[in-house]
Amino acid sequence: MAKRYGIVIDVARCTGCYACFLACKDENCGEEHPGYTVAQPMTGQQWINLVEVERGTFPKVKLSHIPVTCGQCENPACMNQAENGAVYQREDGIVMIDPEKAVGQKQIVNTCPHRMIFWNDEKNVPQKCDMCAHLLDNGLSRPRCVEMCPTGCLTFGDLNDPDSEVSKLVAEKKPYVVHPEYGLEEKVLYLNVPKKFVAGTVVFKDTDQCAKGARVTLKGDGFSGEMIADEFGDFWFEGLDARMNLVLEIEADGYQKISKTVRTLSDVNTGDLFLEKK
Amino acid sequence: MAEEILTSCTCGGATFVHVKDGKITKIRPIVFDDTDAPAWSIEARGKVFTPPRQTSMGSFIVTQKARIYSENRIKYPMKRVDFDPNGERNPQNRGKSGHVRISWDEAFDLLESEIKRIHKTYGKAAITASTSSHADFGLLQYKMGAFGRFWNMLGYSQLMDNPDSWEGWHWGATHAWGYYWKLGISDNFDMLEEALKHTELLVFWGVDPNTSAGGYNGQDGTRWRLWCKELGMKMVFIDPWCNFTAGTWGDKWIAPRPATDAAMAEAIAWVWITEDTYDHWFIENKTQGFEEFKKHILGEEEGGFPRTPEWAAGVCEIEARDIYALARLWAKKKTMLCTASIYGVSSACRQPYGTEWARLMVFLLSMRGLGADGCNTWGGASMAPPMDMSFRMFGYGDNGWDAFGLVADESAQNTVRQKTYRLLLPECVMNDKTEWIGEGFCGHSLDQQRTQQVCPLPKEEGGAPIKMIYRQGGSYISTMTDTNRWTRMFQHPNLEFFVTSDIHYQSETKFADLILPACSGFEREDICEMGAPGGYGANDMGANFRVCLYMKKCIEPLWESKSDYDIYVELSKRLGFHDRYTEGKTIQEWIRKIFDASSLPEHISFEEFKEKGYYIVPPPKPDFKRAVSNKWYYEDRECDVADHKNPLKGTDRAKMMGTPSGKIEFVSTFLTKYFPDDKERPLLGQFMEPWEGKFSPEAEKYPLVMVTPHMRFSYHTHHDNKSPWLDEIPCHRIKKADGYAYWPVRISHEDARDRGIKHGDLVKLHNDRGAILAVAWLTERVKKGVLLCYQASAKYDPLEPGKAGSIDRGGCVNLMTPSRMVSKNAPGMACNSVCVEIEKWGA
Repeated sequence: MAKRYGIVIDVARCTGCYACFLACKDENCGEEHPGYTVAQPMTGQQWINLVEVERGTFPKVKLSHIPVTCGQCENPACMNQAENGAVYQREDGIVMIDPEKAVGQKQIVNTCPHRMIFWNDEKNVPQKCDMCAHLLDNGLSRPRCVEMCPTGCLTFGDLNDPDSEVSKLVAEKKPYVVHPEYGLEEKVLYLNVPKKFVAGTVVFKDTDQCAKGARVTLKGDGFSGEMIADEFGDFWFEGLDARMNLVLEIEADGYQKISKTVRTLSDVNTGDLFLEKK
Repeated sequence: MAEEILTSCTCGGATFVHVKDGKITKIRPIVFDDTDAPAWSIEARGKVFTPPRQTSMGSFIVTQKARIYSENRIKYPMKRVDFDPNGERNPQNRGKSGHVRISWDEAFDLLESEIKRIHKTYGKAAITASTSSHADFGLLQYKMGAFGRFWNMLGYSQLMDNPDSWEGWHWGATHAWGYYWKLGISDNFDMLEEALKHTELLVFWGVDPNTSAGGYNGQDGTRWRLWCKELGMKMVFIDPWCNFTAGTWGDKWIAPRPATDAAMAEAIAWVWITEDTYDHWFIENKTQGFEEFKKHILGEEEGGFPRTPEWAAGVCEIEARDIYALARLWAKKKTMLCTASIYGVSSACRQPYGTEWARLMVFLLSMRGLGADGCNTWGGASMAPPMDMSFRMFGYGDNGWDAFGLVADESAQNTVRQKTYRLLLPECVMNDKTEWIGEGFCGHSLDQQRTQQVCPLPKEEGGAPIKMIYRQGGSYISTMTDTNRWTRMFQHPNLEFFVTSDIHYQSETKFADLILPACSGFEREDICEMGAPGGYGANDMGANFRVCLYMKKCIEPLWESKSDYDIYVELSKRLGFHDRYTEGKTIQEWIRKIFDASSLPEHISFEEFKEKGYYIVPPPKPDFKRAVSNKWYYEDRECDVADHKNPLKGTDRAKMMGTPSGKIEFVSTFLTKYFPDDKERPLLGQFMEPWEGKFSPEAEKYPLVMVTPHMRFSYHTHHDNKSPWLDEIPCHRIKKADGYAYWPVRISHEDARDRGIKHGDLVKLHNDRGAILAVAWLTERVKKGVLLCYQASAKYDPLEPGKAGSIDRGGCVNLMTPSRMVSKNAPGMACNSVCVEIEKWGA
């Protein structure tokens, strides 16, 4: 069976170090890869980039860096709107922009809903990530961004080979596309993309101590979660959808129950919630 | 010509360097082949952990290609247009007037004649020379090599470095646990396996390992922290700034007011004492002075008060219950305090009275039983995988200031006694007399900390006023404190000649009378072990593998640049000690001698080593006996860790710490003897309200308190402003509509709102010492009253060039940090509690 290259990105492993971004610059800025792509300009294009996301309010703050790059879509929007066969898919699934046929085709840039196609003014051509196809064709086992990543946040391989690391991850962890509604069937899949959280701190009002062990439940809109407040009285419910209407309940023996409605318009920090003696 | 793959090493990891047609095309990690050593593995709690067989790099290293070919390179020797060594020197125009290209011959002529003139007129002590740390790597050509050998052989006023990244440990913790040979921090051996097997909780205090641990060892340790998470270890972060590691991987963030960390530490001790949860055996047998500490903590001393969490909560502006919770959790769980060794030295140690916080960290470690299973100090959770330290390879610091001396007939010795001090260089130049205490890096004894220094020394002792500075690489305007002082110094008539030799134009290059183009580490040859500093950092390893490298000359020196060694070789010829300096050897011959003196020949021929470019030291054999740092002390055994620099090993004090008593000292014997009246570094380590901060007089005009920790995308000033790629990383620099990439300052939404500042606004950040322009980054990661602005912008770009006090558009925050030192007798920098104000700039 032909190869089908894909990447699984585990956002939880990303530290925001930008080594992937810089490796891509190193590989492509000022370096033409004949037959694959013209040189990337020294600045202005980010074939892989990080989106820094800060969620929550002091002191319940979470930080994530989401690597974003071309999805090497099975159903590429760019290919459909390119003229003259300027965008094509290789047998291994990599979506290529032909640096000669694509000359002048600025419309290709705007076809990508992920905004991952860039216009090279000097060469009058669109260009983007091609998973370092010129290296894969010459014996390197992975793109530069993947090789440079220090945490294993990016896993690259053949999705058609059930024994590949990437296929095992797909089978085991069920990574997903971030925008299924685009219908592009990206082969760059994600794990642990931050969603909304509801977090807070539970305090025993009579002693002013952290309410370690308080039982916290969060329910509503099809969600149901339960956790025990930790040593700091903290609870974090992660992975919630936006705009959920939820009921938060907190109980501890000998204390009055707290009940509170929360709405995940953004991430929710309830602040300190004080349990009063019965 | 076909592409070649060569090898090099940097200050952030070992690299493959692809070269085609005499040009570097890419910088890659070294990916091991089948003939290289296998990886180690650690079995812990039912899992097996093994690292990938390749090197990693600090992300700034990935910019090397752009850095090497940067337009910002110094291309030719240059002379200041209005500098006439035989007439008007116009020192007042330094930083204002331009430069003209000259030949290397003219440059060497000028250097030779000026050095000879100054020697004749004033004496050798009138010249001081200094070099930056961590520009490029290499055993022979790093600063302890070519630079140190030249200047020590010539004789000069040594500019002593302050221990800038670990001040509090050096001036404080040495008086609690010794470790002066490690400059105040603990060694770290076999910590990774110890943690994975036993530890349950990681406490990071002022430490941001994912940001700061890209140096030397690349980012290998980052994966280890993920392993810790995988095993369910909880990560608690204490830092006024929700740093990058805290924000991404932290389980709990506690944000004390800057420079009040020691109060929080005292309150933790109060909980442990009052709840009786500390290690009595350890305290009774392995420490001294605890009774006095206990009295202090409980408020039983004269005029004292109990150091309760409620008290500390008021001081630190945090919740008392969080202190109780942390103290109880820490008492219950096997805990690594992820500071107190390298890569965990912490921004909290570079603050007013940072000595006291560092001492208190040692006290807390002692109360938990330092060295018990899983309970230890583990810098940044970044150090010490299983390593075979019996394999002999050198670090650049293994022979002090002359790495060549490891294998040379003659090791250079400075005959000039006069010293200058990095933090006081401007005063040493401008003032008639400057006094301070200590010998900079006091790595030989505690006694070095009480040496009284004066510059200049009396003439009869060989002293002379400082008339010439030779600056090799880097920038003090960007990295020292209250750095408008440097502008004043450069323009002072006392300074007759200022030379800088560097790879790139740095913040103070334009002040120089003579500018020399040095080449990068990729344009010269060297040999090294990745990440191995030797000396005070002997066997500090935070990488997965010991990688020995033949650093290839990947390309010819660009433009007219020369290697530092070649510059000093020519200069030594002109000054008459060429034969002593070179001993008739080429750099290749020196490399061969180092190779022959190492363990490498037992494993690989020189030819093969040179051809392949690297050798991976095999991991320890399965029967390898682990020797965990400090465990010997806990178990009352002789020190058995692989630290050959520990002076107590093999002596009758081998079971002891490096304090005068041999025990961990709550009340310092040394301070009691020599500094009995010092109220700023008391005999018993304790919290004191910082001399600059929310309640200091400065705060009336400048109510915000700024912290300035080390940043991620540049090692000091060596990468920022060298690669345009970094300017596209918004958490590093932010490009405004005018195309200029400004330095970001993080501010709370509340403080921004109070001042009419919006996200992305250009702002002026200022105090009486200086001012910069920056871009406001609104965040919940600092609380009201606190600003975060990373140190070491490499771009000093004053709106009024050459004017001290000018607003800097480039973002050098150290223009605003205080020159006052940690405390009276602790001459370190205190740059993490700086009173400033911020206002919107322009329309």
